[in-house]
Amino acid sequence: MNKQDMADEALFLLLHNEVISCVYKAGGDQGDAENGKCITKLENMGFRVGQGLIERFTKDTARFKDELDIMKFVCKDFWTTVFKKQIDNLRTNHQGIYVLQDNKFRLITQMSAGKQYLEHAPKYLAFSCGLIRGGLSNLGIKSIVTAEVSVMPACKFQVMIQKL
Amino acid sequence: MAVCVAVIAKENYPLYIRSTPTENQLKFHYTVHTSLDVVDEKISAMGKAVMDQRELYLGLLYPTEDYKVYGYVTNSKVKFVMVVDSSNTSLRDNEIRSMFRKLHNSYTDVMCNPFYNPGDPIQSRAFDNTVTSMMVPAC
Repeated sequence: MNKQDMADEALFLLLHNEVISCVYKAGGDQGDAENGKCITKLENMGFRVGQGLIERFTKDTARFKDELDIMKFVCKDFWTTVFKKQIDNLRTNHQGIYVLQDNKFRLITQMSAGKQYLEHAPKYLAFSCGLIRGGLSNLGIKSIVTAEVSVMPACKFQVMIQKL
Repeated sequence: MAVCVAVIAKENYPLYIRSTPTENQLKFHYTVHTSLDVVDEKISAMGKAVMDQRELYLGLLYPTEDYKVYGYVTNSKVKFVMVVDSSNTSLRDNEIRSMFRKLHNSYTDVMCNPFYNPGDPIQSRAFDNTVTSMMVPAC
């Protein structure tokens, strides 16, 4: 990895952290309702970013065959470009639920390697949830994305496809 | 060179449509509208994977007496339709393809513009210029 790449990587991480603290400062950190509002705000930011990114990334790829093809693209190409690694495990029940497991999720790697700060994890994952949801929605899949962490820095994203 | 260029959203409503001002615009709107059925047909035929040609460029949709209609669909299911004068026989398939690529690049830039709301009609001047460069100069 050359210096340029390392700088790019740090830039995104630092910006992401600042965005979170900015959103939380603006919202004030008291109460569950306020917390929920901040999460939604972060998620919506991710949504718009995901929409733009997927438009860029899919410009030179062949047309996708089906839903699974799209999910594979998100796990491989999309994840590699944004988080510098692939998703470690993709599972599905073939009925519209996908679980994306990342054993070393980049946005929370710096924070902790265990259960410390676990209660802060959701706000560091909201943006990425939005990223996935925005990307999928631009590709024509409506979904609900939730994240789950039991031990950092591993994390699971659950994608529930909304059938029309 | 094209006489009409249109961008159609995922939900099949127009995001952008421009034709040469010298001719009846409504006619082109109608032509583009009609072509959407052919686009749909082409996409669903590709799903059958008889011919595993999964290119974004759809090729010639249909010819009419005066015009040829070409189509292109992005992965986000946004459709580009271009109407070309039939008399212009010098225009090769590859040129059309590269025009669509240019259009797609420009559309991507619009999409990544923070002042653009996905789903709104396109009002970007940069996009306008790209389209102008592909249209027949109005005499």
